[in-house]
Amino acid sequence: MIKVKDLTKDYGNLRAVDNISFDIPDSGIIGILGPNGAGKTTTLQMITGFMPPTEGEVYVDNLNIAQNSLEIRKKIGYLPEGSPTYADMNVVDFLYFIAHLKNVHSDILDKRVKDMIRTYGLEQVVGKEINQLSKGFKQRVSLAGASIHNPEILILDEPTNGLDPNQIVEIRSLIKELGQEKTILVSTHILREVEAVCDHVIIIDKGKIVADNSLEEVQSSFHNLTQIYFEIQADTDRLMDEFKTIPEVKNTQLYDKEANIYKLYVNYAKDKELRPTLYDFIKKKDWVILEMRRHQQTLEDVFRRLTEKDQEDTNE
Amino acid sequence: MNNISSITKKELRSYFYSPAAYIILGFFLLVTGWIFGSHLFLMKVASLRNLFGIIPLIFMFLAPALTMRAIAEERESGTIELICTSPVKDNEIILGKFYSSFVILAIAATITIFYGIIVSFIGSPDWGTIIAGYIGLLLLGGAYLAIGIFGSTISKNQIISFIASFFIILLFYLSDKFLYLMPGWLSSILRFISLDYHFQNIARGVIDTRDIIYYLSIIILFLYFAKQSLTERKYE
Ligand SMILES: Nc1ncnc2c1ncn2[C@@H]1O[C@H](COP(=O)(O)OP(=O)(O)O)[C@@H](O)[C@H]1O
Ligand SMILES: [Mg+2]
Repeated sequence: MIKVKDLTKDYGNLRAVDNISFDIPDSGIIGILGPNGAGKTTTLQMITGFMPPTEGEVYVDNLNIAQNSLEIRKKIGYLPEGSPTYADMNVVDFLYFIAHLKNVHSDILDKRVKDMIRTYGLEQVVGKEINQLSKGFKQRVSLAGASIHNPEILILDEPTNGLDPNQIVEIRSLIKELGQEKTILVSTHILREVEAVCDHVIIIDKGKIVADNSLEEVQSSFHNLTQIYFEIQADTDRLMDEFKTIPEVKNTQLYDKEANIYKLYVNYAKDKELRPTLYDFIKKKDWVILEMRRHQQTLEDVFRRLTEKDQEDTNE
Repeated sequence: MNNISSITKKELRSYFYSPAAYIILGFFLLVTGWIFGSHLFLMKVASLRNLFGIIPLIFMFLAPALTMRAIAEERESGTIELICTSPVKDNEIILGKFYSSFVILAIAATITIFYGIIVSFIGSPDWGTIIAGYIGLLLLGGAYLAIGIFGSTISKNQIISFIASFFIILLFYLSDKFLYLMPGWLSSILRFISLDYHFQNIARGVIDTRDIIYYLSIIILFLYFAKQSLTERKYE
């Protein structure tokens, strides 16, 4: 449904999006996960036709955005970052205005506005000015605007940002409901959001894609591994390489190194018991084990490692 | 309803839902009323000539005040992303904004007809000249507003938009005021581009197509600049 090919965006000297490609299927909820500044918003702005790419192409339903921007915009409902609305308008006027802009046909105009008010639970605020609403209601008004023309695709840029925990739960369940009939592309910097709503996740960092998998694949690829944390004292520079000579070890990550003390993770398949082997191996090398324990891996760890940055869940 | 008229309607509503339109129109009424009244009572002149002399100067403030929000606020609040990802062309956005500000300016001009009616009770004004004067005011005001819409695209800051528009208008207004300092070839160009020169022609009661074409050209030119500027700057 959406095809992104070799997409690149430069802001002056800064390459905000660096040659990314992905395919979005016809249905489901796809998460674009990445820390702040990863290039999520920039990517979405190119897909929606708000901004031309420096290089690369975007196709929506086989239409090229460079040639068929207006056609594509009719198929997409977009919630920009920060969910901007016309604060001085009241809710109904806003919905009608957006409906007109989205060329909703006059025969179904009233019905669509009514449907949106019901779907998003806006009955009690219809006559109010948007700037008098709570953040949660503002967000629903924005979502109602984004979906008023019944688009095939919804693109939501950090839709739960700045909401309180209850509002987050509400908005997430709305998104899940919408995802049953539409293709939804939702960006977030919060891993738990992806776990809560998405079927598929594209992880980006510094403008590049670092993972593009179904949620189960991402989870299982790590749940199938046992991870052991070591602190080892060793007078060698080749410690990491030495571990790789053990055939059963899938991979290793150096977490920290200070003088001759290494902190590292060693991963191996879950159905094996490798701890005795590892112990013997280290003993033979004459290294000193300062600490050894099994580490419970979470998706959070994966994300952290892929993006090499400490993530902060500011919302939860 | 097409895109342009949706935008025009929405803009008009926000002018009247906020104090902006009332403050601007009230200010206009106050200044014109004071000038008209002082001429009428102090100097016993029953004419609109003084008013037509001063309104172009008042419009110089009024037009940028009406248009400074147009694009600047959309960019500042991020709603530019809503409007520019709808199936609406950039020139439709510019035209919708222009028409709505023109409606407010036309309302301001229309209010002054009231002074004309007072004059017609006292003396016998030349209605031909007065009508020509109004046509001139609308054309001149339209040109100011087109410049103002352009000014509104160059910054997210409404004050900067206002000042930029004001200075562009001032430049075009004053361009024929220092002709005695200029060589002949330059002075004829400067006179031709002057916003005021063409207005004076029309206000004299002579409607010449050249003057009308001049104003329409300025309007089209600056609306085109505004559209180009919006296309380039919307995502900055
Ligand atoms: N309009 C802009 N001008 C210059 N740099 C920008 C602009 N928008 C974003 N950037 C930069 O591009 C990078 C990616 O930003 P963005 O796409 O907003 O990331 P995200 O949405 O993932 O937080 C950041 O380094 C940001 O500072
Ligand atoms: Mg962002």
